[in-house]
Amino acid sequence: MARILSILVGLFFTVALAWSFGKGAYTQITDPPAATAEHEFHLAPREYTFVSDGILGRFDREQLQRGFEVYKEICSTCHAIRHVAFRDLGALGYSEAEVKAIAKGFQVPVFNPATGEVETRAGMATDYFPPVVYAGQGTPPDLSLITKARHEGPQYVRSLLTGYQDQPADLLKKFPDSKTPDGLHYNPYFANLNIAMPPPLTADGQVTFSDGTKATKEQMATDVAAFLVWTAEPKLEKRHQTGLAVLGFLLFATVMGYLSYRNIWAGKKH
Amino acid sequence: MAEADGVRRRDFINIAAVSAAGVAGVGIVVPLVSQMSASADVLAASSTEIDISSIQPGQAIKAIFRKQPVFVRNLTPHEIEEANKVDVSSLRDPQTLEQRTKEGKTNWLITMGVCTHLGCVPLGAGEGEPRGEFGGYFCPCHGSTYDTAARIRKGPAPKNLEVPVYEFTKDTVVKIG
Amino acid sequence: MSFPWAKEYKPSHPFMQWMDEKLPIPRLVYNAVGGGYEVPRNLNYFWNFGFLAGLCLILQIVTGVVMAMHYAANTAVAFDTVEMTMRDVNWGWLMRYAHANGASAFFVVIYIHIFRGFFYGSYKAPREMVWLLGVVIFLLMMATAFMGYVLPWGQMSFWGAKVITGLFSAIPLVGEPLQQWLLGGFAPDNAALNRFFSLHFLLPFVILGVVILHIWALHIPGSSNPTGVEVKSESDTVPFYPYYVAKDGWAIGVFAILFCAMVFFFPNYLGHPDNYIPANPMSTPAHIVPEWYFWPFYAILRAFTQDFLFIPAKLMGVMAMFGAILVWFFLPWLDKSPVRSGAYRPLYRKFFFFGLLPAMAVLFYCGGAPAQEPFVMLSQLAGLYYFAHFLIIIPIVSAIEKPDPLPFSITEAVLGADEEAKLAPSPSATVA
Repeated sequence: MARILSILVGLFFTVALAWSFGKGAYTQITDPPAATAEHEFHLAPREYTFVSDGILGRFDREQLQRGFEVYKEICSTCHAIRHVAFRDLGALGYSEAEVKAIAKGFQVPVFNPATGEVETRAGMATDYFPPVVYAGQGTPPDLSLITKARHEGPQYVRSLLTGYQDQPADLLKKFPDSKTPDGLHYNPYFANLNIAMPPPLTADGQVTFSDGTKATKEQMATDVAAFLVWTAEPKLEKRHQTGLAVLGFLLFATVMGYLSYRNIWAGKKH
Repeated sequence: MAEADGVRRRDFINIAAVSAAGVAGVGIVVPLVSQMSASADVLAASSTEIDISSIQPGQAIKAIFRKQPVFVRNLTPHEIEEANKVDVSSLRDPQTLEQRTKEGKTNWLITMGVCTHLGCVPLGAGEGEPRGEFGGYFCPCHGSTYDTAARIRKGPAPKNLEVPVYEFTKDTVVKIG
Repeated sequence: MSFPWAKEYKPSHPFMQWMDEKLPIPRLVYNAVGGGYEVPRNLNYFWNFGFLAGLCLILQIVTGVVMAMHYAANTAVAFDTVEMTMRDVNWGWLMRYAHANGASAFFVVIYIHIFRGFFYGSYKAPREMVWLLGVVIFLLMMATAFMGYVLPWGQMSFWGAKVITGLFSAIPLVGEPLQQWLLGGFAPDNAALNRFFSLHFLLPFVILGVVILHIWALHIPGSSNPTGVEVKSESDTVPFYPYYVAKDGWAIGVFAILFCAMVFFFPNYLGHPDNYIPANPMSTPAHIVPEWYFWPFYAILRAFTQDFLFIPAKLMGVMAMFGAILVWFFLPWLDKSPVRSGAYRPLYRKFFFFGLLPAMAVLFYCGGAPAQEPFVMLSQLAGLYYFAHFLIIIPIVSAIEKPDPLPFSITEAVLGADEEAKLAPSPSATVA
């Protein structure tokens, strides 16, 4: 009895699925889904190995400082990094005085209870990077976590920044309706191909690096991506170092545990 | 003999394995304990700037330093005189007013507003609050009474009100911490 | 509850004797995981996963309690408090990554534990209660994991909460009010976040309670074993301590190596990037997926694309998704075969290896893939097999199958029939 009931219930679900499958397969044949421009022209981020990649990944402090300079000169006009405090910049190798000077260059909002208004004052080391008010088209995302919030984050940032181009003629021929709308910019690394952000890196030498490195567009894009790896995961180096020590110990402990297991079971067939 | 060695080696391996487990246990406990101590953002918020230009002689203000009150008081010449009159050796926590203030700024008495007994906030800094029989601060919790140099004179508190680390960045601005 | 030859707890120290009289916890431990618990000597490494699952539960409770010390369940700050934990709290990043990956590790271990049960027939009499409690634990784990994933209040948290509670709206009549009741509102917000936090803290302790019942129920018949032949004599078993303590001990080492490699070097591999974007009720991520451990059931949910017999597709999907797990409750009564272990069931074994495992693999894969072809069609086929396997194939196979001959005893399976015969006259002799 239980068996018959079970088979009936089983038939109910399997037939329902077979029905769904059949209808789906029929639609697939009679009315196959149309290809889209995103599907055909979107590109995966270009390969690049950052020093922070891999299990021995670390930070290159000079590169992080250059990346910060790019962020400060260019990105910070529209994008905030609200999870980062000025004091954190000490980890990039800036001295306490330099951190204070950097903080002073930013205006942070404070609520003044005497006037009931939000006013601004010069930043202090303990402040976080202030929010950025943006009135133009699009919504510039906060960048503190951006390299963790996108697949292959650092490579994505680097590719996106250097990926602006004219819309390929092929695309327009195939998808005449997919012309990049006014005010947007074609970028094959962006999910839907058309990004509101105008090309931020416009010319070599746009930023003057304080360490004298030549600021090519490629260099600026790479360095700012490296900087954004740090903003997203400031503890990355410590994590890797701790991890190596922990794994080394665990290997030893596990070998000991295995030998001890062999010992205890010695002579006991199983 | 060979067997005895074998036994000893086996014992050694078991002891090593158990010890490794013990070390792992300690290794796990360390971060679990240390996560409760003050985090980096708390430790970083350690200095406060206070504008003292509006404090008239005889007045005091309460400011916040490390989430605790700080009293900044502009002493009158009379209060300074009172404080200096006291025989220091008779005090529970012997200190002179000079030792508790900056040179040339003896009138600026800056102390933590935390009673050294059990941590209540003493009265006397706010407008109209009782200042106790020695004219300084009075803690309502258990009756500790401080004088015009914020030294303990009566009641259960063991120490004078603590003087935090501070400096005058301008004549009218004090940076605490 | 134990075999007659099991050693009895005999405290030698006067304090332990006093303790044994007043509160015999040491005796309980001795009989549960000490020298007093006799276990079949032939367990293979699949039997380590029960112990590992217990370890994962402890790991999750410990790291979770720590995380709760730094978390605030308020939509305005929840995301930021998690980030603060990662950046400013001492070892906060370790606690967070260990907790997030700990959930995955727990499910890896549990899936292996469950599929070991499927293959070796661990659900069969006299261990039905162990199995039923195990399914309850699995359901509680899923609820706990789902609510935990909502807490960081990222994009996937929010949309996960919305979509999963949306499942309940498929129920006729009471669906919509039920969804509103679950969320305490029209969409996930503070009310939902707070109750999820509260329940996410509570449920692990409920799980712990059911785990204790699970172990208790197990200790009545004793552990099953790869032959499925019940214990007959003393030579069939070894005491848990030191034998299985040593075996579990080094298995923990292997587990810890794999787990730490994930935590320290690939902590975000199993997560989704979108959950590093704060929740935005105005914009749905392009491709929402639950965490990987829900993928097979999510695939089944999405496989029902057509209304069937006046039942809307949405309701069919929800029924099937819950049904896919609930069917496990009936397994001890669907599988009537007197032979437990798949090792002696040629037909069942074929369906297990060439049917159930591939179907699960496809469901896992398709559940994480976008809702497009060919993934939907693949999950329809795999889902079809899944239901057929449990509800049609198992009952029929167990009726028609001719099992392989079973060994007489565990000892015979391990040592061979000759040595077994030698032992027969004195079953109390220890096997050297």
